[in-house]
Amino acid sequence: MLGTGLLHGLKVTARNLVGSFHDPARMVTTQYPEERTRLPENYRNFPFLLGDDPADPLGTLRCVACQICEKECPPQCIYIVMERDEKGKAQKRPKVFDIDLSVCMSCQICVEVCPFDAIKMDQEFEIATADRFTGLLRHKEDLARSNAYYHQLHPTEAAAVDAALAEQKARQAAAKAAKAPAPAAAPPAPPAVPPTPLPPAAPAP
Amino acid sequence: MNPAAPPSRAGASVRAVQDPFHGDLLEVSMGPHHPSTHGVFRMIATLDGERIVRLKPVFGYLHRNHEKLGESTSYLASMPYTDRLDYLNSMTNNWAYALAVEKLAGQAVPERAEHVRILLAELTRLLNHTCLAGFLLQDTGCSGTPLMYAFREREAILDLFEALSGSRMMCNFQRFGGCRVDPSPAWMEAVSALVGRYDRFLDEYEELITGNEILLARTQGVGVLPAALAINAGITGPMLRASGVNHDLRRVDGYGLYPRFPFRIPLGDHGDTYDRYMVRMLEMRESLGILRAVLRDLPGGPIIDPKAKLRGFRPKPGEAYGRIEGPKGEIGFYLVSDGGPNPYRYRVRPPSLINLTVLEDLCLGHTVADAVIILGSIDIVLGEVDR
Amino acid sequence: MEAIEQLHARLSARFPDAAPTVVLNPGPAAQHSLLVPATQARAIAEFLRDDPELQLDTCSNVTGIDWPEREVTETVRRTVTEPPAADAPPGTAPAAKVVEEKVRRVVPGHLEVVYHLYSVARGHGPVILRLRTGDRGEKVALPSLTPVWRACEFQEREVFDLFGVVFTGHPDLRRLLMWDEFRNHPMRKDYVEPDDYEWEPTPHDRILAQARRHYPVPPTGSGEPAPR
Repeated sequence: MLGTGLLHGLKVTARNLVGSFHDPARMVTTQYPEERTRLPENYRNFPFLLGDDPADPLGTLRCVACQICEKECPPQCIYIVMERDEKGKAQKRPKVFDIDLSVCMSCQICVEVCPFDAIKMDQEFEIATADRFTGLLRHKEDLARSNAYYHQLHPTEAAAVDAALAEQKARQAAAKAAKAPAPAAAPPAPPAVPPTPLPPAAPAP
Repeated sequence: MNPAAPPSRAGASVRAVQDPFHGDLLEVSMGPHHPSTHGVFRMIATLDGERIVRLKPVFGYLHRNHEKLGESTSYLASMPYTDRLDYLNSMTNNWAYALAVEKLAGQAVPERAEHVRILLAELTRLLNHTCLAGFLLQDTGCSGTPLMYAFREREAILDLFEALSGSRMMCNFQRFGGCRVDPSPAWMEAVSALVGRYDRFLDEYEELITGNEILLARTQGVGVLPAALAINAGITGPMLRASGVNHDLRRVDGYGLYPRFPFRIPLGDHGDTYDRYMVRMLEMRESLGILRAVLRDLPGGPIIDPKAKLRGFRPKPGEAYGRIEGPKGEIGFYLVSDGGPNPYRYRVRPPSLINLTVLEDLCLGHTVADAVIILGSIDIVLGEVDR
Repeated sequence: MEAIEQLHARLSARFPDAAPTVVLNPGPAAQHSLLVPATQARAIAEFLRDDPELQLDTCSNVTGIDWPEREVTETVRRTVTEPPAADAPPGTAPAAKVVEEKVRRVVPGHLEVVYHLYSVARGHGPVILRLRTGDRGEKVALPSLTPVWRACEFQEREVFDLFGVVFTGHPDLRRLLMWDEFRNHPMRKDYVEPDDYEWEPTPHDRILAQARRHYPVPPTGSGEPAPR
């Protein structure tokens, strides 16, 4: 009979219409901003700088201004100036660390290439602003966050990073103890948020 | 004869020698701002009455000089840019690029990574064909219902991609020598659950629309593509198979580990729009079969080759052309290396652009409404056409 | 599918006055190509398409490559004969010594078009053809292979648009990606982009150089140019 296809189709839409009142599989709309969907742990959107001390992340940044992330960034949205003292000697801290979020495409390559686990991905996306040129420019003050924040955002990843850093520190301490004449005790395994004064001198990238 | 002139009063017995309604050809610019052109795409259609007599496509509105950028960015940094070529299928774009670079550098890929790549490529194929089913029906005028049903399922796959790679569409996932992230067992469970219920969605969707008389009347016999023209014009992908040509790069080239996973290749009989739509629906079911087999056989091991270099990657001088069967057709990358950190020449072979070669041939003699549907069945994405 | 050497031998036998040359690909991919002289390119293409063993019925990819002219310094050894000294006894043989000198020569530039051919009927490929223009200025005409493979139509238009290679015999040679009134060819290595400087807070390389031209004195602080 002509029209059976149409009737089958109408049956499907009727099923969906009725189902959308009681069947969760058919209720697919999230009423944003009153409701929010939970973002998965791996979700990434714009980077932030990691500082070890939760009370002062800006002063304890792991970043040594090696500028690897600046070179590898595809749209080149990172701008770094190394801190130098009066004599011009490099201080292994960034004086300026700017990221232009209007250029950043959240590709995560800066995170992958950083040898010091100093830059990680944040999850903020509600940052709309009216200023076209400087509204989305983030300086290191705005980018610095603590390791505790990182644990909150990406618990699995943060635990793995902490374990790797602890292992690296243990290896370095063991190497130093083996070289020193008096036997020095290896440091105890650090807690989840280790109070590190300054980032360790890691080997050349 | 000027059609704007007032009608002659010489009397009813006088017939006009030239019928004013068939005097001029009308040129319609289906301009770049158009909801049905799948992006910023312009077609200049010359109409004789209602029938198209000429159709010239105009591209370039989304040209972002991706190939020139590739010459000034390193190989790794070009990977996020490949996401943005065919922005609906970022995983397959990434794989095609990674394949070309791995050929160029002679880089091996571990087995687990190959399995994961196939998994993601078939999920992307599901994604893309679902998208096409929705968009094609939207173009016919269904104003939203099939599109929203399709996108409801598409969101499930995009949520999987977000959980794995961090981003729904711009995944930046493949690396030279494997994948960036090792999927967790929880993620594999989620994929299994999706594969388990996708068949029911496809059944429901087919019940909704495939037997619909209006769809059949509008798509059968419209835009017939003969097989010989398709081969000569370099058409690839489901459009070629809808014309009856058995050519699927997963079979022909056997890249990755596809030879281990048997699947059938649906072919069309007539090469019209309906065949292009049905071939994609059937391919989705075959993709589900491949996904089940991969989920069953997924081995352990490293997700990226331990000798793969992330920084300081400088392939030896030479060139390579690597291609895969993307959901839209054959997507290939041609790279010429001069030994430096950036490629000397970086070229994308865009399936959407080359599939558009025959757009004029398909649309001749049809109406403007049919032209919209034919364009929808070719399945283009302007990010790929214009790069 | 036959190896490149056999294909080369067959083509040389068939087209003796316009034999192609094999261009070896040094990298691990080992995709060797055939450099085809422009005069017989279309005949060779038709032969490749219609040959019953090859049946290369589709052209998958057409690429343009720009090779600008470059200076090459080579070390050349020459043997120099010196006449005997004035006060040497008569009958002394002239002395010969080997002299090494560096010679600079300019390798002329050209544009290249690379075709990747595959066979759908046989499932083999690629056979890679290269066509080179005479130079990058006047002699940029090449025969179009669109009459042989329709797949080349848009791709040759793109090579014309972005590199400037003129394909004779193309049915509709216009710009593809750039607008029709555009001048110059953007993918060439010596293309100079127009100065469309706009202030960026994190400038690098080219943008930074442009910024310095627009704002010669940067303000004190982080070294960024003054905002608008």
